[in-house]
Amino acid sequence: MFTPEMMASVRKVEATREQRMKSEPARMSAEEKEALLQAFHPDYCKDGFVEIKIGPNKGEKVPLELGKLLHSNSRLLDVTLDLSKPEYDVDVLIIGGGGAGAAAAIEAHEAGANVCLVTKLRIGDANTMMAEGGIQAADKPGDSPVQHYLDAFGGGHFAARPELLRRLVMEAPDAIRWLNDLGVMFDKDENGDMITTHGGGTSRKRMHACKDYSGAEIMRTLRDEVINRKIPVIEFTSGIELIKDTNGRVAGCVLLNMETGEYSVARAKTVILATGGAGRLHYRSFPTSNHYGATADGLVMGYRAGAPLLYQDTIQYHPTGVAYPSQLFGALVTEKVRSLGAMLVNAEGEAFMHPLETRDVSAAAIIRECSERGKGVTTPLGSGVWLDTPMIEILGGEGTIERRIPAMLRMYLNYGIDMRKQPILVYPTLHYQNGGLEIGGDGFTKVMDNLLVAGEAVGGIHGRNRLMGNSLLDIIVFGRNAGKAAAAKSKSVELGELTLAHVESYRDELAAAGATEEGVSPLLLPQYARHENKSCSF
Amino acid sequence: MENMVNVYFNGKKYSVPADLTIMTAMEYAGYTLKRGCGCRHGFCGACATIYRIKGKNELKTCLACQTKVQEGMYVASIPYFPTDKRTYDINEVKPEQRVMMELYPEIYSCIGCNACTKACTQSLNVMRYIALAQRGDFAACAEESFDCVGCGCCSVRCPAGISHPMVGLLARRLTGKYIAPESEHLTKRVEEINSGAYDALIEQIMNKPIEEMKELYNTREMER
Repeated sequence: MFTPEMMASVRKVEATREQRMKSEPARMSAEEKEALLQAFHPDYCKDGFVEIKIGPNKGEKVPLELGKLLHSNSRLLDVTLDLSKPEYDVDVLIIGGGGAGAAAAIEAHEAGANVCLVTKLRIGDANTMMAEGGIQAADKPGDSPVQHYLDAFGGGHFAARPELLRRLVMEAPDAIRWLNDLGVMFDKDENGDMITTHGGGTSRKRMHACKDYSGAEIMRTLRDEVINRKIPVIEFTSGIELIKDTNGRVAGCVLLNMETGEYSVARAKTVILATGGAGRLHYRSFPTSNHYGATADGLVMGYRAGAPLLYQDTIQYHPTGVAYPSQLFGALVTEKVRSLGAMLVNAEGEAFMHPLETRDVSAAAIIRECSERGKGVTTPLGSGVWLDTPMIEILGGEGTIERRIPAMLRMYLNYGIDMRKQPILVYPTLHYQNGGLEIGGDGFTKVMDNLLVAGEAVGGIHGRNRLMGNSLLDIIVFGRNAGKAAAAKSKSVELGELTLAHVESYRDELAAAGATEEGVSPLLLPQYARHENKSCSF
Repeated sequence: MENMVNVYFNGKKYSVPADLTIMTAMEYAGYTLKRGCGCRHGFCGACATIYRIKGKNELKTCLACQTKVQEGMYVASIPYFPTDKRTYDINEVKPEQRVMMELYPEIYSCIGCNACTKACTQSLNVMRYIALAQRGDFAACAEESFDCVGCGCCSVRCPAGISHPMVGLLARRLTGKYIAPESEHLTKRVEEINSGAYDALIEQIMNKPIEEMKELYNTREMER
């Protein structure tokens, strides 16, 4: 239920609706976008970053909160472990049980490898499960992978690695076909044609969806397939440190049982880091749309083992997180709400921008509306702008919201807000890690030829901003590829003696640079318990 | 002073702000969650919870991340429930009624008590989708069960021992793979790419100078 002050603003939104719907708001020019980002996007605020003091990205900037973890020591410095007696000994070790990890597991298993997947919480507890809007692929007659490339390259500020983006767009249709053949229920019309819409920054309607449970439908299908194949899945077990061998290759991982606190050793000929994003680090104190375990563990482990990062300073703030009610603060309001026609409207009832600009531009414009322009709606936790959802029912007919975005409808109805009849309040939320560990087009890191990275932990696929629907796509494309590549590679890998010496040399480097932070990393879980001021919960 | 309510986590009393969810109230009380906490936004089903309001007889089920605390709430989180998933080869099964009889025969023991539907945290008509599965109407079962987050509250309450989320999942996979019509445009595009139809074009755009890419991007035609 909205407050009386909010309701007064709702009246203004209603009063301008008919007039607003007669025309489409203008899109910004390239120059306008650049100026807006410089002034209002959090990536461009210098005080949110710190310089990395050691390692391959020394001298580059990184968000403060991630910097603290990169400048912290391993959990294992004072722990004695017998690396010669591994609990698990496999061809392919996958760390992370989200969409990328599950896709990798299926493909590596299909290729005949001995696979094991470890995951900090349950398999499927991942950002994949929460992706609502859809997955891009250029599979319609008026579209092409080249057009998809252009949209993604421009949307990412011309910074994507061409060899990675090529794989993303060229393998997109096959990714959809693979998912379809596993039984994912895409939205189709009676002829079998995919029902596709626009996302922010797309020039063609290539957003495929499964209502607004797109990621959930994909994740639960992949999880079911992993279980059907009887692939070993070790849940509530976190990777906490990569193990190397005496030849400088990766050779496995030290695992931590999240419930008992017990360590174990996994030896592996190839390792795939599929640990996902970092929303739960709450950069610049933003709320997040991410799942509980999104704490950049893979970035920390990979960097400590010597793998370089790329674009670690670019974060995606999703323009439309929930601003009200407080219980849902930061939860995602899928971009599909705007794809279906809802406009962004300020407290005065004015449509202040085109609703389908790219995410970074939209987020910056909303922040400007709520700060400099003073046209935000005040909420208990800050402010927000309206997303005029009743427009969807007017444009698509009564019942469109229930049919196309049932999760959104349910989420708001729980708190007495009927988005079919009233607009909703939104503000940017920390959504995606654009950067991550650097890989080549084949999925391997550039410093260890048997360490792969897939999913949100990768940097460079999207450049410095990601388009809606390209993340569900990348976890499938790069997850599948990593599984196949790791299985093939494992046949030729002969491991030397296992060692954690890099953990000690990292400590020494930190100390020499005077950069050692208190506490240990990776973080594993955010510290939300009110009485918990400890730096480590184990 | 904030408006506070008394809640009982595993029977122990805590005073917490009234506007918190069960999940954030547990953290306010000092719990560090491992089990019973996943996406925190109502999509993953990790935080299945049973509660009863003091003085009332009715036992309720909910997702802890989507439910506000209330005065006198006695809360038990369900850390894990042994849902019974049967394994199969998706390429071998067929969308025939026989599949359910073989993999989930217990659905025919449903006594029609409707406890599953009452327990559903997503307000789905669970008993109806089980009935549709019994009849072999997988497409309707898939549609009816689509919003399931797999929290398992239905299975906790079922006297027949049915693992409802698994039944819905099988129906959806059968529907997605076998019953929904083929997307011919998709099949065609995959073949085109595999035959190399886009190789030269993609190579070309990958090698264009940035300035030319900017021009192409800023002047590209937008589908209406």
